[in-house]
Amino acid sequence: MARFKKKKSSGMQKINTSALPDIIFMLLFFFMVTTTMREVTPLVMVVAPEASEVQKLEKKSLVSYIYVGVPMKKAKFGTESRIQLNDAFASTAEIAEFIATEKENRSEEDRPFMTTSIKADKATRMGVITDIKQELRKVGAFKINYSSRKVAKIKY
Amino acid sequence: MASREVPEINAGSMADIAFLLLIFFLVTTTMDVDTGITRKLPPPVEDDTKIDYNERNIFKVLVSSSDRLMVEGSLSDIRTLKEDVKEFMTNPGNREDLPEKETKYIENLGDIEVSKGVVSLKNDRGTSYEMYIKVQNELTTAFRELRDDVSMRFYGVKFKNLLNEDRRKAVQKAVPMAISEAEPENIGGN
Repeated sequence: MARFKKKKSSGMQKINTSALPDIIFMLLFFFMVTTTMREVTPLVMVVAPEASEVQKLEKKSLVSYIYVGVPMKKAKFGTESRIQLNDAFASTAEIAEFIATEKENRSEEDRPFMTTSIKADKATRMGVITDIKQELRKVGAFKINYSSRKVAKIKY
Repeated sequence: MASREVPEINAGSMADIAFLLLIFFLVTTTMDVDTGITRKLPPPVEDDTKIDYNERNIFKVLVSSSDRLMVEGSLSDIRTLKEDVKEFMTNPGNREDLPEKETKYIENLGDIEVSKGVVSLKNDRGTSYEMYIKVQNELTTAFRELRDDVSMRFYGVKFKNLLNEDRRKAVQKAVPMAISEAEPENIGGN
């Protein structure tokens, strides 16, 4: 009788959870390492166009981004397509300076591999894009990437 | 004796703290890979040197401000653009009005006919970016498929599966990415 009671009193076996924090920490470190924080807060709305022949942008540290689109705060900045460099609106003339600063921040041997990614909204008119391209040609940033979403087949 | 015992710290909430951090990083993580169409811009032209070209070697694609397509002087459709480009570049019937071919010796491939054709893309300032990307996409597809053809013929694999760097270069030489963008100017009004 006594033996029975003793067994009952021990009740359910407790699962050892002392390793749980370790597991969580492992996951945590994984995400900490893979995380790339957004460096700029977008001021313009960008819905990338779709394309099927896209290539991945490798070496993100060598990519400079130019955002083009309609400002999010329409009441304040209007509905015209604007260019955003870093955290501010910019004019086409400022692109040269922007690219120069970006070049400065990279090491000498990395500079030939720098790419400029144009993240433009699909409703943008080509006039703005052409201006940007002309400006990039002038400063010698020839490698560009038209940011677009990958789809298996585009709709016509 | 009991007082000398080190009191155990309750580590039960450790997991909670770790969870909190984990969720923070989960939310802030942007895993999206940037994809896009890669292009190389030509260096700026210094002076107005006219480059002599043969009319038959140029495939003119014009995108109007209302996103309509004009190919070789007549109204066209984006759905047929890819096939048109492929036909133009390969010139299967050796027609007089389609580009000339030049027999070149390319390492690894031997003598091969390389088309002299160039696709010239021109757009208006009012063209939408979406249409422009669509056209660029079609042109890229056409050239990619041409490269696939050559790659299949010589190596039996598609171009993207061709891993040997020398072979890739050879195929790239056999089918150069001949897309030229015209100097911008205002065409076709608004």
